[in-house]
Parts: sequence; structure tokens; C-alpha cells
Amino acid sequence: MTGKQISEYGLLIALAMVLSYVEFLIPFSVAVPGVKLGLANIVVVFALYKLGKVEAFVISILRVLLMTFMFGNAFALIYSLSGAILSFAVMLLLLKTGRFSPVGVGIGGGVSHNIGQILCAMALLETKQIIYYLPVLFISGTIAGIAIGVISGILIERIKQKKA
Amino acid sequence: MAKRKNDIILAAVVIVFAALLWFGIRILRSEGASVLVTVDGEVFGEYPLDTGAEIRIGDGETYNLLVIKDGKAQITEASCPDKLCVKQGEISFDGQSIICLPNKVVVTVTGGEQSDYDAVAK
Repeated sequence: MTGKQISEYGLLIALAMVLSYVEFLIPFSVAVPGVKLGLANIVVVFALYKLGKVEAFVISILRVLLMTFMFGNAFALIYSLSGAILSFAVMLLLLKTGRFSPVGVGIGGGVSHNIGQILCAMALLETKQIIYYLPVLFISGTIAGIAIGVISGILIERIKQKKA
Repeated sequence: MAKRKNDIILAAVVIVFAALLWFGIRILRSEGASVLVTVDGEVFGEYPLDTGAEIRIGDGETYNLLVIKDGKAQITEASCPDKLCVKQGEISFDGQSIICLPNKVVVTVTGGEQSDYDAVAK
């Protein structure tokens, strides 16, 4: 790993963590848990396009790990990781088809993140009642994904950097 | 531009799927027969949904007021600071619940099966 790569990782992980924290600070509560913007995903989408899949995956997972070590608990870690991993897999898949813009990738990421968390919660809490939240989370994931995709798209366009 | 079209199709598919899921859940869920109230894991009481009632859960300063009316249960008043239990609204379907974390109160709708026919008979 070169010095450049290390600094890139450091910068982007730090940025993703700051975005998570900013989102945590915004007072935004709805009756359905799990509805959120997912600002940190901007960094992951950006890395996916500009750096590569391994880099994007490392950034995504390290962000989740570090944020939970600081603010969460073991339960939160499992939720967050299942959301992050499923979301990453879907985004990578959508990107690899070459048929979607960052907006499509963002939608896929947002929705699958919510699906991952709900499935995980259903398994952990051994309850199927939370499936009631799923339709709302599909819609909120789509809206959040569009927002994240648009922002990422602009960044990918403006920041002309070669693939490392 | 082809990509933009695909993005829109993707969003549309997700939204249609969410709508189908929503309708599916609404059709499959069944009316409950009664509500079970627990406080800090201990059973506080069970009340039928078809008889109107007002139950004060808790004592003195710490309380939640559970109102059962027209086959639906809801918490209308509570001593907790965030009032999330009040905001959760009415429940009547099997498995639905209202949870008040500060007062450790859980209200769950139970017993779906037979009440389906009761609802039809009414």
C-alpha cells in the first residue's frame, strides 16, 4: 500500500464518519425507525466509481466499525453491517451492469440497505411484525438514494481523478 | 440518457413493489381480539377489544392511559417525556403493539383468528 493510498483511505473514511455524525446531529424523527438519508453513502458511491470496489468496500465497512465502536453497541453493529454489506453488493452489481447512473446505484444502495437491516432485525428479534415498516422503508430508501446519487454524480463529474 | 431511463425504471419498480407489499400486508393482516398489557415484562392485564374501556396503567406519577374504543386501542395520555406511545396511534391488528420505553409499558394485540368472523358478523 502506497502512501497515497493510505492517505486516500484515511481522508475518505474520516469524511464518511463526519457525514454519519452530521446526519446523527440533524433532528429528524419519524414514526418508522430506519428512515434516514445515509449521507455517508456519498463517499462509498464516489469511491466505487473513482477508486474501485475493494477500496469502496473497505471504506464502507471501516466506517461502520469505527462509528459503532464510538457510538453504538454489538446490536447496532450487526444491524449496520448487514445493511452496509447488502447495500454494497447491490450497488456493485448495478454499477457493473453499466446500465445505471450514480442515481440508479444510489437508489439500489438506499433500498437494499433498509432491506438488509429489516431482515436482520426480523432474525434477531424473532418477530415478523416489523415487516410492516418495509413498504415505508422502500419509499424512503428510494428518495434518499436519489438524493445521494445526484450528489455523488456531481462529485464524480467534478473531481477528475484517475482510478488509483 | 439511456442510463437516466434505467434509473427511472429502477425507481418505478421499487415503488410499485413497495405498493404491492403494502397492499399485501393490509390484506393478510387480521383483526386482533384483545390487548395484552405488560409493565417491565410483568403481565398487567388483558382486555378485550370489543368492549370499550379506559385503563390507567401504572400508579401515581408514572402512568399511561389506555383507551379501548370501537375495536381499537390507543394510549391517549402518558407521563413519559417523549409521548412516543401517544404518537404511535391506534392499534387493532394482530401483533401490532404500542411501546412506551420510559415507563416500560408494552401493549400488544393478540388473538387474531376468530375475530375475523366476528367482524364480518357485525
